[in-house]
Amino acid sequence: MELIRITDLHAGIEGKEILKGINLTIGEGEVHAIMGPNGAGKSTLSAVLTGRPGYEVTGGTVEYKGRNLLEMTPEERSWAGIFMSFQYPIEIPGVSITAFMKAAVNAHRKAQGKSELSPAEYLKLLKTNMKLVQMKGEFAGRDVNVGFSGGEKKRGEIFQMAMLDPSLCILDETDSGLDVDALKIVSDGVNALRGPEKSALVITHYKRLLELIVPDKVHVLKDGRIVRSGGTELVEQIENEGYDSIHD
Amino acid sequence: MDELKEKELLESVAAQEYKEGFVTDIRQEFIPKGLNEDIIRLISAKKDEPEWLLGFRLDSFRKWQKMTPPRWGHLSRLPEIDFQDIIYYAAPLRDEDRPESIDPALEETFEKLGIPLKEREILAGVKPKGVAVDAVFDSVSVSTTFRKALAEKGIIFCSFNEAVHKHPDLVRKYLATVVPNGDNFYAALNSAVFSDGSFCYIPKGVHCPMDLSSYFRINAAGTGQFERTLIVADEGASLSYMEGCTAPMRDTNQLHAAVVEIICEKDSDVRYSTVQNWYPGDEQGRGGILNLVTKRGICKEGAHLSWTQVETGSAITWKYPSTILKGDNSTSEFYSVALTGKWQQADTGTKMIHVGRNTRSRIVSKGISAGHSENSYRGMVQMGPGADNARNFSQCDSLLIGSECGAHTFPVIRSSNPSASVEHEATTSKISEDQLFYCTQRGISPEDAVGLIVNGYAKEVLSRLPMEFAVEAQKLLSVNLEGSIG
Repeated sequence: MELIRITDLHAGIEGKEILKGINLTIGEGEVHAIMGPNGAGKSTLSAVLTGRPGYEVTGGTVEYKGRNLLEMTPEERSWAGIFMSFQYPIEIPGVSITAFMKAAVNAHRKAQGKSELSPAEYLKLLKTNMKLVQMKGEFAGRDVNVGFSGGEKKRGEIFQMAMLDPSLCILDETDSGLDVDALKIVSDGVNALRGPEKSALVITHYKRLLELIVPDKVHVLKDGRIVRSGGTELVEQIENEGYDSIHD
Repeated sequence: MDELKEKELLESVAAQEYKEGFVTDIRQEFIPKGLNEDIIRLISAKKDEPEWLLGFRLDSFRKWQKMTPPRWGHLSRLPEIDFQDIIYYAAPLRDEDRPESIDPALEETFEKLGIPLKEREILAGVKPKGVAVDAVFDSVSVSTTFRKALAEKGIIFCSFNEAVHKHPDLVRKYLATVVPNGDNFYAALNSAVFSDGSFCYIPKGVHCPMDLSSYFRINAAGTGQFERTLIVADEGASLSYMEGCTAPMRDTNQLHAAVVEIICEKDSDVRYSTVQNWYPGDEQGRGGILNLVTKRGICKEGAHLSWTQVETGSAITWKYPSTILKGDNSTSEFYSVALTGKWQQADTGTKMIHVGRNTRSRIVSKGISAGHSENSYRGMVQMGPGADNARNFSQCDSLLIGSECGAHTFPVIRSSNPSASVEHEATTSKISEDQLFYCTQRGISPEDAVGLIVNGYAKEVLSRLPMEFAVEAQKLLSVNLEGSIG
């Protein structure tokens, strides 16, 4: 089953076109990787898919679970199961992880017509998912991303992802700024969440993340277009010969 | 969300729900409009006051007549007030058949505001317990709960008027000792016309077993509320005191000019918390309470006074809860969250006047401005010549929501003692689009996101409030921002 179909997507920022006709379809349970050099439009793609303010769609369509994704607000996209692990997670001083996630989880439940979780149920969910990314108990009491190390931030993102149980996970350069150990924890977390009804779009620069989260398909993004799609052999080619070796 | 829409959302300040905006339909007595010596004599007679108090009022009035309203506040929307166009006394009429009981309509009013006056229900666990309330409706105190339980410990908690009659020596000893009747224009006005308020006395060495609170309700139109609160903690006593207030929605301004005096005797400890939620006016800036208030405390040797305020209401707020650190080793804190939206203007802060040696004070002010509002912190830290080794730390943060509002900081430091130290830190920030987007990406609506971010920003202050007040304050911060985002 098809989860998301992106057709001839054009988008940009401040009048400058960055995505110049993206075509991409991700099926349920599939993990797709998008690789590309700096400035190829990788982050613009994730921003447009999540509805980040400031980005303008100038053409094309995105159909997600049979709905017109581009007409939905960011929170509606979240409720519909789209989650993005931020490249640069945002700090929210004075708001604990516990309080933040409680608001998020209950907003999702409300959108699904469910009642709020009881404190006990919520606590259980919190603990289970903290274990997934090897976070200690004190983590839940810390302010969202405030004073977090690079690794903690990314583990925090994967923890949030697990809490919200999304259908489509967009990992936006999740490997940037991570040491080997943190990368392992993050990818183990992601792999544990893989399933027949979960899809992922892994955006990265480098091979090392894709050795840990093995994708079903790999796409190479260059200058706002997908110039090549294939299997993991593409990862090898890029690693050995660089992006310049890949053309339409 | 494109940028324009985002901007629109941030700037549009739609109708916010002010759930306390109802009017109680009740028979009330009023005195004629206007202010002169006859009116003051009439108010005094209504309260059956002793001669000395009438003398105090008249002296205050004569001082007031020679004064002019202060205009130094950053309050461009503070109107010229016609003091002859105000009714200075309004009181619910007592039921002739049941002179001792509270009118059910009043009980219902306070019930609706979440202020339980029925002790039995509170004791039976139907309502949250542990708080004694003095409920003031327009110009009179209508009920004070838990007086008996408190009296067993020697604690006096009653309406100001009752204290004048039953404890005249205490009232005379302390009245106007911290805020003299000629202190400032509005304090002088209050001293001339004050109608009721709360009085509280904690005897030596007594720890008040429950929180005490006053709840002020303006109901009648065309009136002002001029309450007077006098709190005395005797040597080694301790007390936590809370104050709340609301008023109906009206399209004309109403004046609230209160005076609060707190006397902290040697080694006593007083925590004073306010959640101010007077009607702020509508989206066009019509109506709302003019909240012009003088609050001050004095700390004797080793005493501690802590002010915590959450200011979310009123069209105009002019208020500087202050402490005179007279005794050696005395300490004081001022924790404030002031939120302004729509066309509200707040000029609020504190004065810490260090007189004694080794005195310490701490100021944490968090201003939040949205809509077309103006929010100013104004503070003064004064280190007197005898304030050896005194210390102050001030932190003033401003948070802006949208681009039509203003945040200002006016700190004044005066030090006449080289061994004293004063530190001041200030920051200004905006709720960033990134923060909002991060929240919405997680499924939190923009409105809830603003509430969450603002509550986080104010956490350091909110955490100082007594539990039940903190919950109320958190809700208020969120509710009062509704519409400031979309």
